[in-house]
Amino acid sequence: MTAFTPVASLVGGVLIGVASVLLMLFHGRIMGATGILTGAFLPTSAGDRGWRIAILAGMASAPVACKLVTGGMPALDVPIGSAALIVGGVLVGVGVTLSGGCTSGHGVCGMARLSPRSIVATLVFMAASFATVFVARHLLGAA
Amino acid sequence: MKLALGYLIGLVFGVGIALSGMINPAKVLNFFDLAGTWDPSLILVMGGALAVTAIGYRLVFGRDRPLIDDHFHLPKASAIDARLVGGSALFGIGWGTAGFCPGGALPAIGTGRPEVFIFIAALLVGILATRAVVDRRTATAAAARRT
Repeated sequence: MTAFTPVASLVGGVLIGVASVLLMLFHGRIMGATGILTGAFLPTSAGDRGWRIAILAGMASAPVACKLVTGGMPALDVPIGSAALIVGGVLVGVGVTLSGGCTSGHGVCGMARLSPRSIVATLVFMAASFATVFVARHLLGAA
Repeated sequence: MKLALGYLIGLVFGVGIALSGMINPAKVLNFFDLAGTWDPSLILVMGGALAVTAIGYRLVFGRDRPLIDDHFHLPKASAIDARLVGGSALFGIGWGTAGFCPGGALPAIGTGRPEVFIFIAALLVGILATRAVVDRRTATAAAARRT
């Protein structure tokens, strides 16, 4: 069980939105985790890598920033084993590269622009996630 | 300036991911478990993020250009094809298996937890291997068009 956290989740969502708007306002870029990560490894031009690494560093600083304010790291429980993490990680990597985005790029930024591609992508990956968890937990009996 | 701003924007995004619970695979997987231990919190994450982004983008796109770049870098692809749908389906299966999506896992690196590094390593293998195949195919197709 995890507790329903409406206020923290809504405030967190608003911050994700604020970051997405700021990145478009200043850099003119989509706040997509997949695109920013991929471009940090495979930049399209010489000057294209720095801002991506800066954003990734900012992201990775967040748990410690939370700890400085609240006194504790954010809750992070992994109810699955290493094999599922590896299989899931590879599938996520292949999938987001083929579809050109993930929850942040398609689900937030693309949906906010009413991009038909992003709306289709988001409906498909959400449906696939619900189906996968149903199969894993209720048909195969995983935790 | 550009780097400092990028860092701050990444930090705001990461704190949002941490506060919202998207950083926590247990919470994400419970959101997807409608028939079991359902946790509806992620509806509010998506709702809050989408509302702010939709309104903010309207205001930003009223400008001719961003503040520190000479144009907006928006995706040009418009095709709704098998690659988009198939890729999204694979992503959803992976997200439902691991409980991490890229935007959830990248801020999670800062917790130093070994599970996060396992996921990120597998994620990078998937991204870079797929990129290599896609780029080679694109190059082959371009070469074929030239001859």
